[in-house]
Amino acid sequence: MNAFQLFPEQASSGAREVDWLTFGLVAVTGFYFLIVFLPLVYFSVRYRVGSKASRENPARGSNLIEASWTIIPAIMSLGLFGWGAAVYFHLRKAPADALRVNVVAKQWMWKLQHAEGKREINELHIPIGRAVRLIMTSQDVIHSFFVPAFRAKQDVIPGTYTSEWFKPTRAGEYHLFCAEYCGTEHSQMIGRVVVMQPAEYQRWLTVGNVDVSMVESGRRLFTQLGCSGCHMGSGSVRAPRLEGIFGKPVPVQGDGFVVADERYIRDSILMPAAQISAGYENLMPTFKGHITESDLMQLIEYLRILSADAPRP
Amino acid sequence: MSYLTKQTLRSWFFATDHKRIGILYLITILFFFTIASVAAAMMRIELITPQGDFVTNETYNKLFTLHGVLMVWFFLIPSIPAVLGNFVLPLMLGARDVAFPRLNLLSWYIFIAGGTLALWSLLHGGVDTGWTFYTPYSSTYANGHVVSMAMGIFVAGLSSILTGLNFIVTTHKMRAPGLTWFRLPLFVWSLYATALIMVLATPVLAITLGLVCLERFWGVGIFDPRLGGDPVLFQHLFWFYSHPAVYIMILPGMGVVSELITCFARKRVFGYSWIACSSMAIALLGFVVWGHHMFVTSQSVFAGIVFSLLSYMVSVPSAIKVFNWTATLHKGSITFDTPMLYALGFIGLFTIGGLTGLFLAALGFDVHVTDTYFVVAHFHYIMVGGMVMAFMGGLHFWWPKITGRTFPELTGKIAAWTTFLGFNLTFFPQFILGYLGMPRRYHAYPPEFQFFHVLSTAGASILAVGYFMPFCYLLWSLKWGSVATSNPWKATGLEWQTPSPPPEHNFAEVPTVLNGPYDYDAAKNTFCPQTEEGYV
Amino acid sequence: MSDRRAESALSDQFESVEQQHGADLFGMWIFLATEVMFFGGLLVAYAVYRHAYPHGFDLASHRLSVVFGTVDTAVLLCSSLTMVLAVRALRLGQRLPSIALLLATATLGCGFLVLHGTEYYHEWQEHLVPGRYFQFEGPHLTEAQLFFWLYFALTGLHSFHVIIGVVLMLVLAASVFERRLDAERYIALEVSGLYWHFVDIVWVFLFPLLYLIGLR
Repeated sequence: MNAFQLFPEQASSGAREVDWLTFGLVAVTGFYFLIVFLPLVYFSVRYRVGSKASRENPARGSNLIEASWTIIPAIMSLGLFGWGAAVYFHLRKAPADALRVNVVAKQWMWKLQHAEGKREINELHIPIGRAVRLIMTSQDVIHSFFVPAFRAKQDVIPGTYTSEWFKPTRAGEYHLFCAEYCGTEHSQMIGRVVVMQPAEYQRWLTVGNVDVSMVESGRRLFTQLGCSGCHMGSGSVRAPRLEGIFGKPVPVQGDGFVVADERYIRDSILMPAAQISAGYENLMPTFKGHITESDLMQLIEYLRILSADAPRP
Repeated sequence: MSYLTKQTLRSWFFATDHKRIGILYLITILFFFTIASVAAAMMRIELITPQGDFVTNETYNKLFTLHGVLMVWFFLIPSIPAVLGNFVLPLMLGARDVAFPRLNLLSWYIFIAGGTLALWSLLHGGVDTGWTFYTPYSSTYANGHVVSMAMGIFVAGLSSILTGLNFIVTTHKMRAPGLTWFRLPLFVWSLYATALIMVLATPVLAITLGLVCLERFWGVGIFDPRLGGDPVLFQHLFWFYSHPAVYIMILPGMGVVSELITCFARKRVFGYSWIACSSMAIALLGFVVWGHHMFVTSQSVFAGIVFSLLSYMVSVPSAIKVFNWTATLHKGSITFDTPMLYALGFIGLFTIGGLTGLFLAALGFDVHVTDTYFVVAHFHYIMVGGMVMAFMGGLHFWWPKITGRTFPELTGKIAAWTTFLGFNLTFFPQFILGYLGMPRRYHAYPPEFQFFHVLSTAGASILAVGYFMPFCYLLWSLKWGSVATSNPWKATGLEWQTPSPPPEHNFAEVPTVLNGPYDYDAAKNTFCPQTEEGYV
Repeated sequence: MSDRRAESALSDQFESVEQQHGADLFGMWIFLATEVMFFGGLLVAYAVYRHAYPHGFDLASHRLSVVFGTVDTAVLLCSSLTMVLAVRALRLGQRLPSIALLLATATLGCGFLVLHGTEYYHEWQEHLVPGRYFQFEGPHLTEAQLFFWLYFALTGLHSFHVIIGVVLMLVLAASVFERRLDAERYIALEVSGLYWHFVDIVWVFLFPLLYLIGLR
C-alpha cells in the first residue's frame, strides 16, 4: 500500500493465476497488434503517393486469405477463452475446508463477522495460507467486494447471497474497495485486508469485539424465534427436521429437488411459501422484517453445524 | 439551387430535407458534446489529487452520470448515423430523400424533447445513478431526478428507433436503378446493420427504464429485492440493449473508415463482401453477448462461460475488418489528407480497444478488472478512439459536400495528430490504473495511483485542444474557406456525382448505377465513378 | 408530372406509387418488430418471475376473471375482422361501408377498454393493486404482488396501444369520409390495419399468460 506501483501486489494463490493469464493475453494480443501495426506502417511508407513501388496487379480480395484470417484468430480466441474459463473455475470454486467469514454490506460500510464470533468493520483479518470464503449480502443496494492484491471481486447483492474466496500467500495490509457504484460515499466505502501469521490470527480472534461464536448465536436465535418449536423435538406441528439437510438436495413440492444451500435456507426463512418441502403443509410464517441479515447468517451457521454433527437427538 | 439557398428560420425548423436534418442534428449533438466534455474536464481536474478537494463526492457522482448519459445517448448514438448517415445515405443510394422525410424531422424534434428532459434534470440538481441506472439504487435509494432523466433517455430512444426504421426502409426501397446490394458502399452496409440494432434493441431499453420510472412513482416494483424482485434482472435487460448499443456506437464508424481508407489509398477495398457481411455478423452476434458485463454478479458459472465464448466469437468479424483495411493499403497510392489521418488513427485506437476487449472477455481476467479503470480505458478506446475519430474523419471527408467549402488542410492535420496523441496520453495510463485496482466512479483514491491520474489529466487537456481546433477552423471555413468542387477527393460514390452543396432533391435526375462502389486504380492513378461503366 | 403526383398522393422522394406503398408497408413491419421487442422486455420479466414463483403466480392468476378475459378476447378478435373488412371495402370503392366498418372497429376497441376498465375497478376494490393497500390471503402475498404488478404493466401498456388504435380508426374514418382515402389511396388504411392486428395478437398472448395459468 501507499507506494508508486507499476504492477499490483500479488498476495494470493489466485493472483498468481490471474497474472499468468494476463501475461498470456499481453503476448497474444501484442502479436495481433504487431501483425496489424507493422504492415500498416510499412504499406503507408512504401505505397505513399509518388513512391516508386509497383502497383501492378493489386489483389482485389481472396477468399483463402480471408478464411485464414477468420479461422486462425478464431482458434486463438478459443485458446484464450479456455484459459480464462479455467482460471475462473478456480476463482469461483472454494475449497471445502475454507474459513468462513460473513459479510454484510450497507451504504457505506462493510460489516464482517468471523465464525468464531469476532466482529469487525471495514477490515478483514485473515491468516496466511488458509483459504477464506466470504458469504456476502447487502442490506440496501448492490456493492462489490474487491481486493486488488488478491485479484478477487464479487458483487454483493441485496436479497441473496454471493460468495468469493481467496488463499492469501503473503502477510501484509491490502486495499479493500467497493467496486460497484453504490451512492454518494461510494469512494469512501473502502477498508483494508490484513493478512497475519496463523498464531497471530488466533490471538487476534480472542481480543476486542468478540461475541459468542456464530453457531452459538444461531442456536440461541433458533430457540428465541421459535424455530425449534416446530422443527425440533416433538411439537404438535409437523415441520421438516433440519438435521443433516445442509448442502443436501431436499425434495420440494412440484418440481423435484433443491440443494439446501445458504440461499435456499435464507429464502425459506424469508419467503417460506415459495418452495415448500414435499409432504409438508405450508404453515410457516414469514420472518421478513423480523430478522436482520446478520441474524440470518448466524442461523445458517447453526444449521450448518446441525448437519455436520447429525445424527443428533 | 443548392439545398442551403433558402435561409429562413422556417426553412430550417420545418425542413424535411435529409441534408438539413443532418445539420440540425450536428448542431444539437455538438451542444450536448460540449456540456458532457465540460463534465469530463471537471472530473479530470478533481482526479489530479488523491483527496476529493475540487468538488464534493455528490457533485462528482452527478458529473460522471451526466457525462455518461449525454455522451452515450445524446452524442455517440446519434453522431454518425443521425448526422453523417442522414446527410449521406440518400445521396449514396441515389435517392431524392429518405423514405419518410417528415418522420425524419419528427425524430429530430423527439430527440430535442428527450434532450430537454435530460437538461431539465441537470438544471434541477442532476442525477447520481451513473449512466447504467443499476437497481435497486436507481429505483429506490437514489435522490435526484431519476425519473425525468430516464424519461429523457426513453424519448431519445424513440428518436433513434425512428431514425433506424427510416434507414432500413430507405436502404431497401430507395436504391437507384442498378444499385444492387453488393454494389452498396460499405458505409451503407454499416448504417443498415446499425439501424437493425437501433430498431430491435432500443425498445428493450425503453421498457426497462420505463419500469424503473414506474417503480419510483409507484413505490413498488419488480426490481426490488424486498418484494421478492431481482435487481440483477435489470442488468440483464439493460445490457441486452446497452451491449448492442456499443455496436450502434462503433459500426457506423467502421463504415466511414472503410470509405476513407479505400478513397485515400486509391485502391478498391480488399474483401468487400467480407467487410459488408462482418457488419451484419457483428450486429447479430452483438445481441447475444450482454452477459459479459455481469461476470461478477450472481450470474452462474455456466452462463459466464457461454457469454465469454460468444464474446470471443464477436471479436472475429471485427478482426476481419481491421485486416481488410490494412490489406487495402497494399499497392495503393496513399495520400495522408486529414480524413485519412483520422481513419488511420481510428484503426490504431480501435485495434487497441478491440484487443483489450479480448482481455475483458477472458473470465478470470475480467473478475479482477471489471468496474475498474481498465474497463473505462477499454470503452473509451472504442467509443472515443474509435467512434469520435471516425466521426471527425467523416465530417472532414464530407465537409466540402455538406457546406460547399474546404477546410485548411494543414490545420486539419495538426488537429488530427493532436487528438491522436492527447487521446493516448489520456487513456493508456488508465489501463495500468485499472490493473493496479483503481475502481471506477471514485471521487477520491489512494495516493499511489496519483501518478497515472496526473498523466491522464495532462492528456485530457491536449485532447481538448485537439477537439477545439476543428471546431474553430471548420466554422472559419464556412465563410473564408475556398469553394469546393463537386468531387474534391476524386471519390467514386454517387454523393460526389452531384454539385457541392447538393441541390434540394440531390440529383438533377435519378442516377443509374453501372459500377461497383470502389473502382480506383492506383497504378494508372484513375478512378471510375459508380455512374459510369467500369471494369467491376 | 406534378399533376400525377398530386392525384396519386405520391410524395416527392418516391418514383412510383408501388415504391411508396412498398415503403409504407415495410416501414410498418419494422415498427411492429420494434413493438415486439418492447413487449418482449416485459414478457421476459414475466417469464423470470413465473419461473421463480410458479405457485404464487397460479394462485394470483386465479383472482382474475376468465369470463371477462374471454369476452375481451372475443371483442378484440371481432374488431380485427371488421378491420380487414374495412380495408377490403375501401379497395372495392365502397366508401360508406368502409366508414361503417372503421367505426365498428373503433367501437369494439372502446368496448374492450370499457370491459378492461371494469376489471381494473374490481381489482381496485379487491385491493389487488400493488402498493401499500395490496391484500392477498395466504402466504403468497409477495409473489402475488409481483404478478399483479406485471399484470397491470402488461395490460396497461396494451390498453394504451388500443387507445392509440381507436384514435387512429376515427382519424381514418374521417379521412375516408372526406375522400382523402379511396380505392387508389388505401395504403394508410392497410398500414393501420397491420398495427391493429398486432395489438390484437399481443392480447392473444397476454390472455393465456395472465388469465389461464394454473389449473383451477
